[in-house]
Amino acid sequence: MMDMGKLTMGAIPFDQPIIMGAMTFMVLGGLALVALITYFGRWRWLWSDWLTSVDHKNIGIMYIILALVMLLRGFSDAVMMRTQQALASTGGPGYLPPEHYDQVFTAHGVIMIFFMAMPFIVGLMNLVVPLQIGARDVAFPYLNNLSFWLTAAGALLINVSLCIGEFARTGWLAYPPLSELQFSPGVGVDYYIWSLQISGIGTLLAGVNMITTILKMRAPGMTLMRMPIFTWTSLCANMLIVAAFPILTATLAMLSLDRYLGMHFFTNDGGGNPMMYINLIWAWGHPEVYILILPCFGIFSEVISTFSSKRLFGYTSMVYATVCITILSFVVWLHHFFTMGAGANVNAFFGITTMIISIPTGAKIFNWLFTMYRGRVEFTTPVLWTIGFMITFVIGGMTGVLMALPAADFVLHNSLFLIAHFHNVIIGGVVFGCMAGFSYWFPKAVGFKLDERLGKISFWCWFIGFYMAFMPLYVLGLMGMTRRLNHVDNPVWHIYLVFAMVGAGIIMLGIIAQIAQIAVSVINREKLRDLTGDPWNGRTLEWAVASPAPFYNFAATPHVEDQDAFWDLKQQGFAMGPLPAYRQIHMPHNSGTGPIQAGFAAAIGFALIWHIWWLAIGAFAVGLVVTILHTFNEKRAYYVPSEQVARTEGRYYQQLPVQA
Amino acid sequence: MTVQARLGTPHPSLVSAVLDAHEEHHDDGSTTTLGFWIYLMSDCVLFAAVFASFAVLRDQTAGGPSARELFSLPYVAVETGCLLVSSFTYGMAMIAAERHKQTAVLAWLGVTLLLGLSFMGLELHEFGELIAEGAGPDRSAFLSAFFTLVGTHGLHVASGMVWMVVLIAHVLRRGLTADNLTRLTCLSLFWHFLDIVWIGVFTIVYLMGVA
Amino acid sequence: MDGSHAYAPAHGAPAHHDGGGHGSVGSYMVGFALSVLLTAIPFGLVMSGAMPAATVVPICVGLGIVQIVVHLVYFLHMNSSSSRSWNMAAFVFTVIIVAILVVGSLWVMNHLNGNMMPGVMPD
Repeated sequence: MMDMGKLTMGAIPFDQPIIMGAMTFMVLGGLALVALITYFGRWRWLWSDWLTSVDHKNIGIMYIILALVMLLRGFSDAVMMRTQQALASTGGPGYLPPEHYDQVFTAHGVIMIFFMAMPFIVGLMNLVVPLQIGARDVAFPYLNNLSFWLTAAGALLINVSLCIGEFARTGWLAYPPLSELQFSPGVGVDYYIWSLQISGIGTLLAGVNMITTILKMRAPGMTLMRMPIFTWTSLCANMLIVAAFPILTATLAMLSLDRYLGMHFFTNDGGGNPMMYINLIWAWGHPEVYILILPCFGIFSEVISTFSSKRLFGYTSMVYATVCITILSFVVWLHHFFTMGAGANVNAFFGITTMIISIPTGAKIFNWLFTMYRGRVEFTTPVLWTIGFMITFVIGGMTGVLMALPAADFVLHNSLFLIAHFHNVIIGGVVFGCMAGFSYWFPKAVGFKLDERLGKISFWCWFIGFYMAFMPLYVLGLMGMTRRLNHVDNPVWHIYLVFAMVGAGIIMLGIIAQIAQIAVSVINREKLRDLTGDPWNGRTLEWAVASPAPFYNFAATPHVEDQDAFWDLKQQGFAMGPLPAYRQIHMPHNSGTGPIQAGFAAAIGFALIWHIWWLAIGAFAVGLVVTILHTFNEKRAYYVPSEQVARTEGRYYQQLPVQA
Repeated sequence: MTVQARLGTPHPSLVSAVLDAHEEHHDDGSTTTLGFWIYLMSDCVLFAAVFASFAVLRDQTAGGPSARELFSLPYVAVETGCLLVSSFTYGMAMIAAERHKQTAVLAWLGVTLLLGLSFMGLELHEFGELIAEGAGPDRSAFLSAFFTLVGTHGLHVASGMVWMVVLIAHVLRRGLTADNLTRLTCLSLFWHFLDIVWIGVFTIVYLMGVA
Repeated sequence: MDGSHAYAPAHGAPAHHDGGGHGSVGSYMVGFALSVLLTAIPFGLVMSGAMPAATVVPICVGLGIVQIVVHLVYFLHMNSSSSRSWNMAAFVFTVIIVAILVVGSLWVMNHLNGNMMPGVMPD
């Protein structure tokens, strides 16, 4: 019998009907998927066209698929919490026992931030940025594939925790001393640590890759101040990734050393200091929220400028505001723990910096409003998401400025007011931004538009559902209800919690509408097909190629002479047309090394969680050999013959509508 | 909605882009080097987080031994010497690489590797002694932070040495190709960077600990 | 990172490398000599015990910073030439972040320890 560490059959929670139900659902879903792929004989296609692809567009799409799947998982957790609190606020125990409920709220936060929002943002950046700057691909295409798979490996581990063992019961940032071995002896925190470590490395590598791409691979003529605003915000977000994620890695590593080797970084005894963990994790955590929101600011800018048929108002101020936020986001972290007791002068400093950071953000809101002003605004789905964002984010921002006042924060800290605030900015900002970007760039990714009617229904459900779900939480917070409560016995709070539950239900209708939207659009794809490559009369270079973009992106590298490069070309009377000749194009080969390495990473993580040391050492050794062998692979790239380029381009021009 | 993009005349720059005789832009290694530099910057921040933790916890000895009782500066001076000389010998390897002297490159890399091995040997020996004295990483927060900071640096040196062995194999196999020169450049950045981190380690951990 | 080559590697003639390299034996020698000096002085000062800690610690830190600059200039060949301006920009950004993180953490933790740790709290 092999030594399986702490892993026994008892790790599968047979006695928990809810978990077993979810597990059966996941296993059956997975089996159905496998069966379908086998039935249609698509394994080879899946492996060689997608899983091993180094094409930034395919990787972007895979990131977004991962994000959407994880959205469903994270949202199920949300619905469970809302129903539990609604049911358990009149004296009853509800249906979720505390030890399960604690895992649910932890998993909800971790999944939504790390495995929904992050992959969605990274996916959109992957999909769009190289096209916007006129590049063939990212700087390190193979590394890009590996980054995705490391993120996927982290997501895999966190989902395995549902079926085998347990997840952390500590809240999404796993504060010690609760997360130390003394108080969390189970494998939950270990699942937390290793899924975040593995996906965090993926995110860091993606950040390095994207910065290098933007700095080195812009089309000739595209100076920094001619970069599309989404590229600018992506650059800043990736600078934040590179500067902030190592802090997370180091902090979680120190927590693991406490748990695995008995060290005393954050323990109660041995001279450890749990406050240091909270200090460090927020030194990562605050930049992290800007990593999520900055690219969304870029998306809203692109959307509002395209659909107002106007150049973005105050492009330069938008760039400077973004850069200011990038730096300032590193000097506000203490506002997450005003109440820990650093004293009046420290709290005052961080309170003031927090208020200052709202200024560039406010400037951006005015830029978007002035872009719309006297523009010919088309109320398409992406624009609805953008306007919904502007309203919601301003409210969320103002409640944030309220809490930036340390004195007020002492009342509001860890109450539902805080929960309402950060959902207000994250749903109103990041989720709405991702949805706007999703519907805006969907035709570029797959070649046909999304159904508008269902898109609008989805928006209105999300918008109304959001307000119904979270406005009551502000009230409850002011009434004194704290976060993460499993059951309460206060009849006054009950009605608000029921109201919030109904709101979550309306959001669920929005998600159902989105699923229906994708299904209907796929069915009607011929009718919705985008033959021009430029369905919205766009302004930036991603619209200058066919939809979906050919794998080499641009047959000839465009020269940029203005901020809105494509718009400028169209204004000058130039358009897309066949070139007199085509050149061969140098492109990277696909590589199976990324998924294989990530598989070893997941195996190492699983082995460390369950203390199966031989597996951890073995997987590390084999993974290292695979990595070293990969460096000896000389066949990294090949030439696409000019005839193939000419054929691909010719097909596109044939279908273009004739000049009006 | 009026769609303006129609079949028409492409911009002359696109035409000249495909007709011009010169080859499409190829990476001259500078993209890889910049990417690696940015990765190194993230490593700086990682070390900064560990340094900050050490600085916060350095007096938390929990009744156990303190830096003054544990560290021997002459020993650390020898470790420092190994690393410093290895930085210099790696520099010599880079100069030889630029002059395309393959044997000299391999020889200097070999010397660098030996110095790296000596450093690692000294460090592991120091760790062993401390643990044997009962001053292991689980003794106090100070020692946890000490072992983690110095160990993180040591792990980096160890992976740098693995990388160096792989690079020696690359150079033996293909010679000093452009790819291999880029790789040598990246490793040189890494190796010099580790020496810089060590300046922080011996100043903050050892000198300030004993002073 | 080694396996992560940019997809368009140079081929044919050896390419111009502007990411590193570019030193002469002489400049490495100068850098090495300066480093030996800047290492020997603080070690000597602390080992001799001639000065009180309050004096010797700032000296050590100062010399350490000088030595880091020496390494950056003579070994990593940092300069403000345009071909490496992004390296420099990334480095300056990192120094700012590192300074914020380390100084900020020490400041915050010093206050937290002063206010909150057992034994120092007012009764």
